[in-house]
Amino acid sequence: MREKLKRIKEEAIADINSSNSLEKLEGVRVKYLGKKGQLTLVLREMGKLSKEERPVIGQLANEIRNEIEKELSSAGNRLKEQLKIERMEKEKIDITISKNVRRLGHRHPLITTIEELENLFISMGFSVVLGPEIETVENNFDALNTPENHPSRDLSDTFYITEDILLRTHTSPVQIRAMKERKPPLRIVSAGRTFRFDDVDDTHSPMFHQLEGLVVDENVTMANLIHTIDVFVKELFGKDMKTRFRPHHFPFTEPSAEVDVSCFSCKGAGCPVCNGTGWSMELLGCGMVHPKVLENCGIDPEKYSGFAFGMGIDRITMVKYGINDIRLLFENDNRFLEQF
Amino acid sequence: MLLPIKWLKEYVDLDEDSKVLADKLTLSGSHVESIISLDRDIENVVVGKIEELEKHKDADKLFVAKVNTGKDIIQVVTGATNLKVGDYVPVALVGAKLPNGVYIEKTNFRGVDSYGMLCSLKELGFGDNVIPKYQRDGIFILDKEYPLGTSISQVLGLYGEVLELEITPNRPDCLSIIGMARETAATFNKRIKIPEIKINNEVDDIKDYLESIQIDKELCNRYYARVIKDVKIEESPLWLQTRLMEAGVRPINNIVDVTNYVMLELGQPLHAFDLDKIKGKKIIVRRAKDGEKIVTLDSIERNLNPNNLVIADEKEPIGIAGVMGGFDSEITEETTRVILESANFDSKSVRFTAKEHNLRTEASSRFEKGIDPNLCEIAAERACQLIEEIGGGKIVKGVIDVYENKRDEEIINLRPNKVNELLGTDLTVEQMVDYLERLGLTSSVDENRLEVKVPTFRLDLSIEADLIEEIGRIHGFHNISVKPLVGVLTRGEKPYEKIVEDRAKSVLQGLGLNEVMTYSFISPKAYDRINIEKNSPLRNYIELINPLGEDYSVMRTTLIPNILDLLTRNYNRGIKDCYVYEIGNIFIPKELPLKDLPTEKKILAIGMYGNVDFYDIKEVVEILFDRMGIKGLEYVPEKKDPTFHPNRTANILYNGKNMGILGEIHIDVMEKYDIDTRIYIAHLDFDEIIKETKMEKKYKPLPKYPAIMRDIALVVDNEVLVGDIENIIWKHGEGLIEEVELFDVYTGDQIEEGKKSVAFSITYRSHSKTLEDEEVNAVQENIIKDLENQLGAKLRS
Repeated sequence: MREKLKRIKEEAIADINSSNSLEKLEGVRVKYLGKKGQLTLVLREMGKLSKEERPVIGQLANEIRNEIEKELSSAGNRLKEQLKIERMEKEKIDITISKNVRRLGHRHPLITTIEELENLFISMGFSVVLGPEIETVENNFDALNTPENHPSRDLSDTFYITEDILLRTHTSPVQIRAMKERKPPLRIVSAGRTFRFDDVDDTHSPMFHQLEGLVVDENVTMANLIHTIDVFVKELFGKDMKTRFRPHHFPFTEPSAEVDVSCFSCKGAGCPVCNGTGWSMELLGCGMVHPKVLENCGIDPEKYSGFAFGMGIDRITMVKYGINDIRLLFENDNRFLEQF
Repeated sequence: MLLPIKWLKEYVDLDEDSKVLADKLTLSGSHVESIISLDRDIENVVVGKIEELEKHKDADKLFVAKVNTGKDIIQVVTGATNLKVGDYVPVALVGAKLPNGVYIEKTNFRGVDSYGMLCSLKELGFGDNVIPKYQRDGIFILDKEYPLGTSISQVLGLYGEVLELEITPNRPDCLSIIGMARETAATFNKRIKIPEIKINNEVDDIKDYLESIQIDKELCNRYYARVIKDVKIEESPLWLQTRLMEAGVRPINNIVDVTNYVMLELGQPLHAFDLDKIKGKKIIVRRAKDGEKIVTLDSIERNLNPNNLVIADEKEPIGIAGVMGGFDSEITEETTRVILESANFDSKSVRFTAKEHNLRTEASSRFEKGIDPNLCEIAAERACQLIEEIGGGKIVKGVIDVYENKRDEEIINLRPNKVNELLGTDLTVEQMVDYLERLGLTSSVDENRLEVKVPTFRLDLSIEADLIEEIGRIHGFHNISVKPLVGVLTRGEKPYEKIVEDRAKSVLQGLGLNEVMTYSFISPKAYDRINIEKNSPLRNYIELINPLGEDYSVMRTTLIPNILDLLTRNYNRGIKDCYVYEIGNIFIPKELPLKDLPTEKKILAIGMYGNVDFYDIKEVVEILFDRMGIKGLEYVPEKKDPTFHPNRTANILYNGKNMGILGEIHIDVMEKYDIDTRIYIAHLDFDEIIKETKMEKKYKPLPKYPAIMRDIALVVDNEVLVGDIENIIWKHGEGLIEEVELFDVYTGDQIEEGKKSVAFSITYRSHSKTLEDEEVNAVQENIIKDLENQLGAKLRS
């Protein structure tokens, strides 16, 4: 019997080792350990053994059963592991293929610029206000101290709807509205569409965009204006950018200045883009609010002072993204829009 | 304006190089836009004298000249026909370099050697706009004898630089050499040297030539006249011609050149009339009579009206005041006696007249901007001095000067503390006085106040802030130490509508739509293209008086044409799919013609074509409303909107209020746009969306009890709307329905003609207990009963 058990064990282990699937392995288990398995059958014959032999053989049989079970389990694990590897091998894919089904839309670069500017000024304590595209001559010119015969009032410069109503030529009337509606202290910015009688070409468009800023409070100075613009330019274009304030003239500010910013291309060293000057010209106009403008809005120029600034957003957008034709902004070619 | 530095240096001592000059002038307010070099890179072109000139033996059109260049006599072949023996001309020697990159070599013309080239002004790099007419063809013949062999660059002053300046409209006084000399002197803290005006010899008496001058006091501030006799019209000396050419003005003849020279130097336009062409002995400055005519210098006949100020003799107009002289009284080669006009006209009147006749001249643009009337006298005297100096004629003694509206120096009070308060500086009173002094503004100090006397040529200074700017710019804005804003801390805010807009845009972006921007004005024809009826309120659009063209002539009342335009454009460029949106204004007048500002209404327009159908754009709209917190919208078929497909269009209702429309574009419209794909557009009232948006969100507990799902398949008439079926299902839900999902719509085999099968999956769930089958069955039975009764639905077995 001892021999028989040993033989069963050897045969079983050989069978286990030659099993190459979980099904076959299960077959081996049934063959030896099942209800009618060889080991089970041998144990049933235990009754025939002597009293002395029974516990010895019994123990041996148990040892062999344990050994077979152990072999079965480790062979099982081996096989499972191998099957996983085989499955993953079969599931190999070409990960260089793209699906291109989902799409995220693109924001218009001009509006992105407006939002960046607005958020920047919000962080500097300015509030965003809005104004209409169709304005009164009063708000667009008169209240802004524009001389009666100023060329900007001409039909060849400004779109009119009636003698008193026009398409705003700048965002400055929002200043007037803000000063008339609110009381100082005021810190506002306003961006939006503006219109001038310009034929369409690569740098002109009858519709364009501006952003206007206004601060009115006690003791506001030119030194504050320069500081504010300086901070803003550095935040928007980079810390290494410089500004240059050139005295200029606007009817609604006194003193007035135009601001040049270091050339975006060469950062001030001088290159063909800036005609060797090192400056991007006329990025922004600004100045101290003209006392007459304050008066026109019911603000006492003896008590309050203020500054205002305005900039062309189309130009800033074009400079920022290297767009060389303003028409692209309003043509809405998908291949253009999807670059931003 | 062009400022030749050589000329400037006659009035101000300057050592600075042109770059430093340009930078400093820019920082004090005279913006130098570019520096133009007069150095034309010419080498080995010298003064030569024609000693002999004969025809080429074998070429009809060529001449052979022997030219004395000082050192040698060289042989040069030329095609020019304007030469004669004894002329002084520019000769480019062998090895010479000309401005257009030409190198001169020894050449041979039909057997005759040529050792150089005789040059025209064009070949020396002068522009067609400044070359005198008499020099336009042929070799440039010098005005007099120059040392032979002298470099032509030296003779023509082709060295140094010209500054191109941007002069702001408030500073017309800077549109002259003397004006810029003042600015330069102030910037560099130097003294300006004003040329002394002196006429050596005056003859006769002006009264013998001109009896009187009458002026219209309203439109003419001053009229100052002098007479010159024994005039000999000829070319100006070369120095005068080159001066004019450097400043961009074409030389004409000695008298006209002097008037132009003085205009450039002092800023006062002058005009010279041929005295012998004037009828009578009076000059009358008056408004033109209706129907009066004048032929101007440019040979064009102009019809005048009483808005035009004219200079007239006793019979008829001889010039349009401040704009252009008359052809008949023009200076010609025969002219021997001249009236020199130095006048000051009303700027508005000149502007109006120049514009009306589309005749903007150097003179009119100067008068438009404004000129100091005190300049009349100085300019006229200066011109007389120069005419005498160049031998152009004899100056007649006496002047006629009618000066009714005298302009005097003004006093402006300035508070030094106000200067520092506005600029944010710590300037001393002495510094302020000094800066003003440099600009020719003298101050007397009185307590805490300066009384500042403003010279009459500063038309732009009238209030304290103007003086503060002057101090600021001479001090230099770049020298102001910057200071951060102080005062009450304010929190920057965005208006609510902007916040809502931002959210909508990020939802639309997430849905794969690109943002677009289109013009606020459109063509009125766009309304025909989108099929709008003639009497539709959409056609109550606001029109521009002066549009750039029909395409941009009316303020839009809908965004649909813009969206269709850009989708069509993309489609025609071969772009397969295009999904876009724009949030922009439409303009609704309260009445026409406009009396008050119109209502500007925000619209969200969405446009799609490509691999999409009606349900795609509807889903975009549904998700948008859902994310904006606007729930429970109704979609009602819209069959009448002429822009949209009658069977694929819905009005969007919220609590009975119309929020907009969405659908497929009508086939007629697509034909007009000539586009063979389907386009879907949604046009939503964004102002209403802003009103109804609910930004706040609240958490609802996750379900604790299990759901029960039931499918239901019905056969209904084709006309029955899924939305109506769903409404009935929800109505009977008794709060137990969580979701109703349409999963199949089917027509065809096994379904009766004119009917369709629709199948829904309904999810039931209670928030308070586990539902029993019986409860759900009861609800479902009610639903089916109602569907049968109201919609004639039959359960499909």
